[in-house]
Amino acid sequence: MTPIGPDRSRIDPARDWPRIRTVGVDGLLVSFGDRLSEPANRAALAFRAALERAAPEGVEESATSLVSAYVRFNPLWNDHAAMRTALEAILVSRDWYDAPLPEGRRLWRIPTVYGTDLAPQLEEAAAAAGLVPEAAIASLSQSRVRVQTIGFAPGQPYLGELDPAWDIPRQKALTARVPEGALTVAIRQIVLFSVSAPTGWRHVGQTAIRLFRPEADTPFVLRPGDEVLFDAVSPEKLAAMRGDPDGGATAQALK
Amino acid sequence: MTRTLIVHRAGPGLSIQDTGRPGYLGFGLSRGGAADRLALAEGAALLGQDESHAALEMAGMGGEFEAGCDLRIALTGAPMRVSIDGARAAWNASHSLPAGARLSIGGVEAGCFGYLHLGGGIETPLLLGARAAHLSSGLGQTVAAGARLPVGTDPKAGETGLTLAVEPRFEGGVIRVVPSLQTDLFDPAERDRFMATTFHRDARGSRMGVRLNSKVPGFHSEAGLSVLSEVVVPGDIQITGDGTPFVLLGECQTTGGYPRIASVLPCDLPRVVQAPPGAALTFRLVELDEAVAAERRADEHRRGLRANLRPLVRDLHDIRDLLSYQLISGVTAGDDIERGRT
Repeated sequence: MTPIGPDRSRIDPARDWPRIRTVGVDGLLVSFGDRLSEPANRAALAFRAALERAAPEGVEESATSLVSAYVRFNPLWNDHAAMRTALEAILVSRDWYDAPLPEGRRLWRIPTVYGTDLAPQLEEAAAAAGLVPEAAIASLSQSRVRVQTIGFAPGQPYLGELDPAWDIPRQKALTARVPEGALTVAIRQIVLFSVSAPTGWRHVGQTAIRLFRPEADTPFVLRPGDEVLFDAVSPEKLAAMRGDPDGGATAQALK
Repeated sequence: MTRTLIVHRAGPGLSIQDTGRPGYLGFGLSRGGAADRLALAEGAALLGQDESHAALEMAGMGGEFEAGCDLRIALTGAPMRVSIDGARAAWNASHSLPAGARLSIGGVEAGCFGYLHLGGGIETPLLLGARAAHLSSGLGQTVAAGARLPVGTDPKAGETGLTLAVEPRFEGGVIRVVPSLQTDLFDPAERDRFMATTFHRDARGSRMGVRLNSKVPGFHSEAGLSVLSEVVVPGDIQITGDGTPFVLLGECQTTGGYPRIASVLPCDLPRVVQAPPGAALTFRLVELDEAVAAERRADEHRRGLRANLRPLVRDLHDIRDLLSYQLISGVTAGDDIERGRT
């Protein structure tokens, strides 16, 4: 058990992280780093889970990004200074960087077509990563990646971390639209699109899974902490899975 | 009997909107809801009901509607050409729409988003706790011709003929911003250059965001194209890879990697939302304290809307059956002009 008790050194201003910053007029962001790391990601998820269990009065909503927890509050009720103090009190109550991953994690296998006209930027992304297309497909389809956060669009995961070769930047110009189920890459991460949207990430694979099902009992399919393997399949096989909202994906509990 | 509003013709951007879906940010779903939240409050005030009632948002163009039963309506937001059974009707006002009456709403005369509110609100089924269409995520959809929209019971039936003087917000102007968590990714000279630039709202735009055009070179940040994706909120001014600013609106993405140079005050966002294509927009950086004080004033303004309602005085030449009105007696129910329609 981690010792509980205030330890101001954990938010020592001389140390860079964790850091609390304002977001617009009515938000605060508790960040555990400026680069993606597993401890910072776990810290963000665990800190937000603590807020969900017992939020300071006035908190209207919380969320995570990759390495941060976000709080929206009504600044007409709670001023910024009071909310910041309340968040600092939670921050010093434990070492968040060694928090465990969320409970109830699952391993998903999601059939994916790499390249072809379904995912036209595989070759371009492979070249940026210094790989031939075959090696790029092997690397992506064998990387077991973890859902680090849900964001951008409903139910849409950021997954990582890929091999260092995949530390490729976003595009300068946006792709006008990638389809739902698009597998895209940048900065050692995968984003699997839950909606059709414009993006700066490169479209390297296509799946048939519906990640956002507003009418279903479980509208959001993936959860932070889930792990995913994007198994390579042929376009014909994927076409046959189109009728299934899971797009042929399977899930098993992770211990 | 089911109360309905029948849609005979619909502009391309008609959608049901309310105050949106707070609480789903952690699932990647932004709040959404009416693009111009102040217009939603104004409609609620005009009908004497609370803001939770869903209304029809009309992007640029209205439609042709028929009352399936006796209805009350209010019209707010971007002023549009409107008539009831062929007679021109006032914007920023409430009216009665008796069963069978035709309501015709044309294009915007200023601004971008007009609103048609109904006494009792539109009562389509709740989806994830709200009725608002979240178009960018495929949650709900636009309203098309042929739709029969269910309308809730209206405890205030008959109370119409009120108008509200509204804050002009349909020409762009100076928009107040606060620093965002990524403002310091832009060096001070670049931030100053942003605040000194006059932008023009692009003709394209959606409920997700509007693009800002200018004659100056694109804006550069130190972040490059590899910054970690971070939380995005409505009002954020995002600079895409080629240096173009976009003001993100209520239906925006919840996280994003292109850095944000500043964030628009929520109370100034309706003026960005309603700035018509080509309208000039400039930005002024304010301290957080000043921003919170501005939000407080805006909140007081919204709460005080009902106190500013005035009886609608109609042009005499619009009143076809003038002689049927009781013009002499000083004592009337106050709504007999509206009742005179039925």
